[in-house]
Amino acid sequence: MQSTESSFENIRKDFPILQRTVRDNKRLVYLDNASTTQKPNQVIDSINDYYRNHNANIHRAVYALAEEATEAYESARDKIANFVNIKNRQEIIFVRGTTEAINLVAYAWGRAHVKEGDIILTTEYEHHSNIVPWQLLTQEKGAKIEYIRMDDDGELILDDLDKFLATGKVKLVTFSLMSNVLGTITDAEAIIEKCKAAGVLSLIDGAQAVPHMQVDVEKLGCDFFAFSGHKMLGPTGIGVLWVRKSILETMNPFHGGGDMIREVHKYETTWNDLPYKFEAGTPNIADVVGFGAAIDYLTKIGMDNIREHEIELTKYAIEKLSQVKGLHIYGTKDISKRGGVISFNFADVHPHDVAQIIDEEGIAVRSGHHCAQVLMERLNVAATSRASFYIYNTKEDIDVLVNSLNKVAEVFKL
Amino acid sequence: MSGNADIYHEMIIDYSRNPVNYGEIEDHDVTFHDANPLCGDSIDIDMKIDKNKVSDIKFHGKGCAICMACSSVLTEITKGKSLDEVKKIEKNDILSELGLEHLQAVRIKCALLSLKVLKSALYTYMAKHLKDTEDIDKLKEEAANLY
Repeated sequence: MQSTESSFENIRKDFPILQRTVRDNKRLVYLDNASTTQKPNQVIDSINDYYRNHNANIHRAVYALAEEATEAYESARDKIANFVNIKNRQEIIFVRGTTEAINLVAYAWGRAHVKEGDIILTTEYEHHSNIVPWQLLTQEKGAKIEYIRMDDDGELILDDLDKFLATGKVKLVTFSLMSNVLGTITDAEAIIEKCKAAGVLSLIDGAQAVPHMQVDVEKLGCDFFAFSGHKMLGPTGIGVLWVRKSILETMNPFHGGGDMIREVHKYETTWNDLPYKFEAGTPNIADVVGFGAAIDYLTKIGMDNIREHEIELTKYAIEKLSQVKGLHIYGTKDISKRGGVISFNFADVHPHDVAQIIDEEGIAVRSGHHCAQVLMERLNVAATSRASFYIYNTKEDIDVLVNSLNKVAEVFKL
Repeated sequence: MSGNADIYHEMIIDYSRNPVNYGEIEDHDVTFHDANPLCGDSIDIDMKIDKNKVSDIKFHGKGCAICMACSSVLTEITKGKSLDEVKKIEKNDILSELGLEHLQAVRIKCALLSLKVLKSALYTYMAKHLKDTEDIDKLKEEAANLY
């Protein structure tokens, strides 16, 4: 596919939901992609096809359907390995999403390795899913959760990382590769280099980054990596946890049950090989297949093209929104350091009121704390409005958004 | 404008811009705080109670226009009422005052947070100063199931 903007125009045709209207016959302007993305026909059809033609449980039976289902499920694992450059497919664990992935690490790694007095270091711009599991773990263990602060441009203050690493107590540094509120792209290389020098493990929450840019897990050099299918055109309820094998081998199972065992006796059980030791129970087979189809779709467009398209949109949106009187955009203005996520507040109007008024124009933006209350506290706001882009968004979408803000100004007499 | 955005009429905007009874009562007899976990709206209500009457009430916190307007109206309705009367305040007393009877389900929690805080403040006060436990349980249940 060409890298020109024109090739992106045809993409909208693949998304049936984008053909519908909302409210008063308005064109749907879907700008809540950091929350979840819409699904192309290719993904919807693959799930349909799986249930219509191949459905069976995997890894057990010898009949034809079971073989096909297992093949479909396992080939998605290979697609994921290729997509984010993971060398060993045994290190890829299917989970419900990034939240479950991080909880798995906090439970199965954390319980085995974190002791009283240890520090789990995270950042001020994390999603609750990269804060709360660590609070649960550290409270149980008498350990501590600490934060790398963020500066006024929405970038991390890496001096804090040095300071905490120097204590010798940090067991894990865990951070998102892209902030779900500010779009800030974290300088992962710098963080991981420092972690490695200190002999500390690192976890990357890739939920916001993987859908929008080329990510190379091998090159990043972290120890844990997590992301979700539904934020990258795939179905909900499926995600990936990657863990370096040498660490995975030191972890106890997360859930006990079928498929994760080698042999079960009355009083003892031995574990299945990796990754199955961590995939108890019948997995979400159909959605794994759908996730694979989403990866095929994204691969065909090309992640570099997607990034380029979003840079174009983000630049345009920042330029247009900056011209709206009374509108404040959070985070850095440096496009090279941010993804297609723009959080803003409009004068003194509460984001819920903004969202409700522009909803009448067919616009879907998120308003609220975006599951990042620590960040909201840092910004000293209760909430923000957030517009976030994906491959099917256009400059026209941004124009509709900007125009709709005039309505807000009118209602609130700004 | 049509549909759901109709809720943003003059009164709502005025109240949200200039909330009534906004602030704190330093020597309050009871105070209560609650928040809506999903949207982050957060309200505190302070009350001064003399001879089983709400002699003063103030609220403060953060919220959308709906939340602020409803909190204002609620404090206006409550001020001067006896505790027995406050017990009987219902959600429609607030919603109808502002023409919000048909508010979407997703915004109801914005409108009723302050009522929840008021009922909670009331049972907190009653538990401390009165022996009326049957009513306390009723109020607790009402607050918990308001939306």
